[in-house]
Amino acid sequence: IMMETSWSCCTNLGPSGSSLLVTSDMSKLFQKPNFAQLCQQKKKELQGPRRSAKVHAYYGLKSPPYKLDALEPYMSQRTLEMHWGKHHRGYVENLNKQLEKNDTLYGYTMDELIKVTYNNGNPLPEFNNAAQVWNHDFFWESMQPGGGNMPIFDLLQQIEKDFGSFTNFREKFIEASLTLFGSGWVWLVLRRNEKRLAILKTSNAINPLISADIPIISLDMWEHAYYLDYKNDKGKYANVFMDHLVSWNAATVRMARAQAFVNLGEPKIPVA
Amino acid sequence: KQCHLKAGPQMITAKLELKPPPYPLDALEPHMSRETLEYHWGKHHRTYVENLNHQIVGTELDQMTLEDLILVSYNRGNILPQFNNAAQIWNHEFFWESMKPGGGGKPSGYLLELIKRDFGNFEALVKELKSAASSQFGSGWAWLMYKANRLDVGNAVNPRPQEEDKKLVVVKSPNAGNPLVWDYSPLLTIDVWEHAYYIDFQNRRADYITVFMEKLVSWEVVSLRLELAKARASEREREEERRKREEEDGYSAGSEAEEMYLESETDESEPEAE
Repeated sequence: IMMETSWSCCTNLGPSGSSLLVTSDMSKLFQKPNFAQLCQQKKKELQGPRRSAKVHAYYGLKSPPYKLDALEPYMSQRTLEMHWGKHHRGYVENLNKQLEKNDTLYGYTMDELIKVTYNNGNPLPEFNNAAQVWNHDFFWESMQPGGGNMPIFDLLQQIEKDFGSFTNFREKFIEASLTLFGSGWVWLVLRRNEKRLAILKTSNAINPLISADIPIISLDMWEHAYYLDYKNDKGKYANVFMDHLVSWNAATVRMARAQAFVNLGEPKIPVA
Repeated sequence: KQCHLKAGPQMITAKLELKPPPYPLDALEPHMSRETLEYHWGKHHRTYVENLNHQIVGTELDQMTLEDLILVSYNRGNILPQFNNAAQIWNHEFFWESMKPGGGGKPSGYLLELIKRDFGNFEALVKELKSAASSQFGSGWAWLMYKANRLDVGNAVNPRPQEEDKKLVVVKSPNAGNPLVWDYSPLLTIDVWEHAYYIDFQNRRADYITVFMEKLVSWEVVSLRLELAKARASEREREEERRKREEEDGYSAGSEAEEMYLESETDESEPEAE
């Protein structure tokens, strides 16, 4: 029997994970499947007896959590249409093309894929695409309409603790965006080992997952991110991001989740 | 460079100037818009010049030529803060001069001969240039260069160490990467920083490169640069031979030990000057 199975299913992996898309012709056969497990299982089955069955796994282009014109006038609809609709989409499509040819990379979550393809500093060709897909998902979610202003409660406290004041943090963040040379990203991360917040600049597609730090917000400093709206005026773009776009809500959620991995408080030693 | 004599103790300081392209800013329309030139040259290129001047004024770097500045600040790969600005100034000047209104077409003469010899045919060269320019991830440049050394250049690592001497090669470099540090002779460059094409082509880098090759590139300038590169290579060979002869004759090495001239580590004798 010649079985041609092409399938992709949709799993939302985590908060900012890109969807691993697996559509299923066989959905009627399974009720509440554990997709990842199924994928692996199916693959083994299909690879058993020689069948001409091809398994495709695809990543999907996730939409930003707002409409493309929602960030006007600070980030134009045209920018979103290009940046998300062309650049981000391009990375997803190119990644899928690469994965089609190399199924040893099949079945990873996006986070895992990035680490594996980073290959300890000797990146595989899939790395750039995988990382840029993740980076852009994270970036869209780092912004919101009516963003900007200031963080509150715990996050603000932590920023004040680690940077002295919010103003100082903001200054340092903008400075990082101005001094990054070439294409790259600026991040606010929670450092695992140092247990503190820090600002990080990375080049091209590199992101803090590589160094096992936990990203809290990011700013895309590739020229395509701001050229249509601000041309060469990086300073204006970075300031507008801080004042009107950055989503401290998203940052707070990420911070809360990060504390499952990093204990920021003093150890609570019970007193007898 | 502009030299000013300061009052007081005799001190000459040199400030870099923003050199305009060899054509008006709208001359490359419709292939490269005036708006692009206004921003790319008028803002980006200008900013590099201004920033570098800030960095070098009052220091000993002040008195160097741009090329020397680049080599010094490259610092064997451990770049100093001036490098990015200096290299980008050089790269952009070279880029403007690589284009002309009514450009494109095909090369001819000795350049075409070498292209056929080293790439098979002109189409193959175009294909390789396009490929290099498209695949340069992030910001950077794609180059056509004349390579006349196989040596480990003291100031950098030779990116094509296996290739034969005196060959045309296509190379890509990230960010401010500049061929002088590899001691190659650059002939042509395409700027693939996004600011070079975003206004006119947005994300369509491939279209930009195609238009560059078909409508903008100035093959006359490339041919001229090739002549200069050949002359430079021949000159060096003569220097090298002369130096060797002098050593054999027991004289101390007469020629200045410039950074770019290195003793060959191979046993092969120098090829005859063409």
